[in-house]
Amino acid sequence: MKEFLAMGGYAAYVWTSYGITAFVVTLNVWLAQRRYRQALDAIRPAGTQAEPVRQPTVRRMT
Amino acid sequence: MGLKRTFHLLGSPPTVYRLAGLLGPWVGIAAVILIAAGTYGGLVLAPPDYLQGDGFRIIYVHVPSAYIGLMAYELMAVAASVGFIWHMKIAHAVAVSAAPVGASFTFLALVTGAVWGKPMWGTYWQWADARLVSELVLLFLYLGVMLLRASFDDRDKGDRVSAVLAVVGVVNVPIIHYSVEWWSTLHQGPTIAQLDAPSITMDMLVPLLTMIAGFTLCFAWLILKRVQAEILDRESRARWVEQLVTGASA
Repeated sequence: MKEFLAMGGYAAYVWTSYGITAFVVTLNVWLAQRRYRQALDAIRPAGTQAEPVRQPTVRRMT
Repeated sequence: MGLKRTFHLLGSPPTVYRLAGLLGPWVGIAAVILIAAGTYGGLVLAPPDYLQGDGFRIIYVHVPSAYIGLMAYELMAVAASVGFIWHMKIAHAVAVSAAPVGASFTFLALVTGAVWGKPMWGTYWQWADARLVSELVLLFLYLGVMLLRASFDDRDKGDRVSAVLAVVGVVNVPIIHYSVEWWSTLHQGPTIAQLDAPSITMDMLVPLLTMIAGFTLCFAWLILKRVQAEILDRESRARWVEQLVTGASA
């Protein structure tokens, strides 16, 4: 394991590259998902929030 | 299905939106599996390089990133020109979506290349190397297209003007591709793009191809997600979107 992490002396370069790649790919996924959610949120108020297909469960206090 | 009908369906926002929604999860799962397998293969299974030792393993993140950066530009330029010529909403949606993703992978190619260059070439950057400089130009082209588009309040105008820049920028694509042959300076020549005899052994090549496939699917997933968002933005007043929201809020 220790030998694997050492990467034959190139540890700093190899792990930096893989780390930055993991970060950028993850950031991309997060940004795309956020972009999609924002697009959905943007059309919801103008749409049909007032009359949802199924009512949420509400406990009536009567 | 005829070509005309296919083209018609690909131009239909609700069809593309639903198709993207159906394909998305499968593309995403396949991407995760391939990237995990490629990473394991590249870091563990592949033998160390006879010249670069374990340092060569950076290739498994560097080459796929560079490949996506370039491929995304080509996709963006083709989509932008289709949108420009046929006034196709979906094509512009694809072009808009490809830009930030392509830019980020180009950035990744530049950074991992610099980190790889330090131990192997003794420098992070070399202005005299054509591959490095043309790759940097690619990043600036992406940023230029994005900024140009963002500078218009009118979406149609932004689509059309940025499409022109995207298409003009295509001249940089062959320059990047052949830079290592036309001006051979620091950057090494092609590794796998020689069909007769790739200059790499199978146990090093398979993880690389796996990683490229994984990155491509990851890119596809990102584009599908972003295109869905673009379609919702552009079709916000359409009846099918209204119905979709009614159903989605249930």
